[in-house]
Amino acid sequence: MTASRKLTMAQAISEAIAQEMERDAKVFVMGEDIGKYGGIFGATGGLLDKFGKDRIMDTPISETAFIGTATGAAAAGMRPIVELMFVDFFGVCMDQIYNHLAKNTYMAGGNIRLPVVLTTAIGGGYNDAAQHSQCLYATFAHMPGIKVVVPSNAYDAKGLMIQAIRDDNPVMFMYHKGIMGLPWMAYFEGSSNEVPQEPYTIAFGQAKVVREGKDATIVSISQMVQKALVAADELARQGLSAEVIDLRTLVPLDRNTVLKSVAKTGRLLIADEDYLGYGLSGEISATVAENLDTVKLKAPIKRLAVPNVPIPYSRPLEQFVIPQVGSIVDGVRKLLETRVAAALAA
Amino acid sequence: MQASKEALLWMYETMLEIRDYEETMANVYLEGKLPPHIQKGLAFDIGSGPVPGEMHLAAGQEPVAVGVCAHLKKTDTVVGTHRPHHFAIAKGVPLDRMTAEIFGKVTGLGKGKGGHMHLFDPEHNFSCSGIIGASLPPACGAGLAAKKLGKDWVAVAFFGEGAANQGSFHESLNLAALWQLPVIFVCEDNQWAISVPKSESTCVPWVADRASAYGIPGVLVANNDALEVYEAVAPLIERARRGEGPGLIEVKTDRYLGHFQGDPELYRPKDEVATLRKNDPIPKLAGVLKSLGMMTESEQGAIAARAKKRVAGAFAFARESAYPAAQDALDDVFV
Repeated sequence: MTASRKLTMAQAISEAIAQEMERDAKVFVMGEDIGKYGGIFGATGGLLDKFGKDRIMDTPISETAFIGTATGAAAAGMRPIVELMFVDFFGVCMDQIYNHLAKNTYMAGGNIRLPVVLTTAIGGGYNDAAQHSQCLYATFAHMPGIKVVVPSNAYDAKGLMIQAIRDDNPVMFMYHKGIMGLPWMAYFEGSSNEVPQEPYTIAFGQAKVVREGKDATIVSISQMVQKALVAADELARQGLSAEVIDLRTLVPLDRNTVLKSVAKTGRLLIADEDYLGYGLSGEISATVAENLDTVKLKAPIKRLAVPNVPIPYSRPLEQFVIPQVGSIVDGVRKLLETRVAAALAA
Repeated sequence: MQASKEALLWMYETMLEIRDYEETMANVYLEGKLPPHIQKGLAFDIGSGPVPGEMHLAAGQEPVAVGVCAHLKKTDTVVGTHRPHHFAIAKGVPLDRMTAEIFGKVTGLGKGKGGHMHLFDPEHNFSCSGIIGASLPPACGAGLAAKKLGKDWVAVAFFGEGAANQGSFHESLNLAALWQLPVIFVCEDNQWAISVPKSESTCVPWVADRASAYGIPGVLVANNDALEVYEAVAPLIERARRGEGPGLIEVKTDRYLGHFQGDPELYRPKDEVATLRKNDPIPKLAGVLKSLGMMTESEQGAIAARAKKRVAGAFAFARESAYPAAQDALDDVFV
């Protein structure tokens, strides 16, 4: 038996980093306010006291410089973890991320390794407006060369973080603010769960069926998984059985688990907090569409995501554009009310 | 430049208005964010109450805003930061519509879409951004436009000392110097980039010294004093208006409150703010006005009452205004 205790996702992430830093002297952390402050979202809480300033390095507000530094240090044999405070801030440093970190290994014909973990906070729901509320995981998943990890709970976060640190490739590790278990932001309590004390890994590219069901499949990631689980409870009270899938990583993407579930239920709702256009929901839909020779749909696919507008500040506007528990419930109910054309014809 | 009585009184009244605005906002911001109104187990909820989201207040930093904006005309441009209220007020942004925006109301500057870090008032040529270092490039753009249109307009970019380590700082100073743009770069040095002190983020003691790298004047105001700012920035603005190019000024100022409201400030020495508040620039300017015989005790009371009334009126307007309809979220992506 191993000891486990209930941790918040922030605690689980910082524990994972601490354990890997103890194991491997090459691991170190850079970022803004990651030292004394412990990370604005708590992902590096307590690390400065344990490891000191040489390994837990507060940086100037110079993202191009310190993210590029991570790439350079990794090429020279180190294993940096580097934090971009909000994913929205990628705008000031994207060249170092996508033209260098993401491409150098390929352009070197696989001859260099860049074991960098780039952590960043995502998500809205607390009225922080258009420059501090985006998810953008699909943006990074779109561009080849970076693995994209987006956990929904503390247990997964620890295992995925250790896996990320041990991976010899760049990994973007994106945590939603509204599931970190912060004392100053409302969060979904399902995201804090039992976490074993000892280190463990969770392989990338393995989606998890977090709730089994037979009437419809809800594919989701990050905080939206927690919303989907609450929605599934409500649907169960209404007599409907929803299966909930947590993708956990977007690169690599576990398409098989999605296809298997949709083959079983015949109905698919994708619940996503990123933008609707050209994103996760389109990718999952395309995967199913490409497999309609083996997967039989009973109803057209339904997508819930931010409808291609910047995240507005005002509460009623923000609540409207970000899919909520209620919209997932309604979405599944609508799936049950519609039929694919072939079925209509038959 | 000797400040006129009119300019001194304007700076004093505007500083009072800013201080009252920020202190009122600090209180209003807490409404609905503390137990028992929030999720069990939380100490505070950033997303609750009439003013949700992050809130960065500028109490203590008034001299930077008023000392610079006292020289500006409506046609001049100001680009502010994520901590923008003092700049907006000093630039003449209507308080009612600004406050309504911060409350997320349909009567706000951006119909509730922008919020506190994203205030846009094209009529008064004011804007700001939640991204560090984002003020400098658009100020260059306003300067370029003035030059191309043959106007004597100037543009001011306010930014924090933390932003002086962003690429946009260096790129913008070079560009403005190269093209001799009428831009004044104002570094609002409150010593703290959230939890990281300037001494641990910046390789030189003074950002103003970096002006020499771009061949432009660099001026340091080492005291949080409105009159000193007013006098120090005057020649930079005058030469910019004459078409003689940009300048950089750094003002050492004081942040009385947290980086954001709700910031536990565990990184900050406990007695720091109390010490800073002893050097409060508002009573200091009142003392100057009185010693010059420009303000009596009763005039002082009337000024304070006027400022408070404007602030109270703006908050009342914001509270009474309606929220936008939810589906309005889909409008305004394009015009």
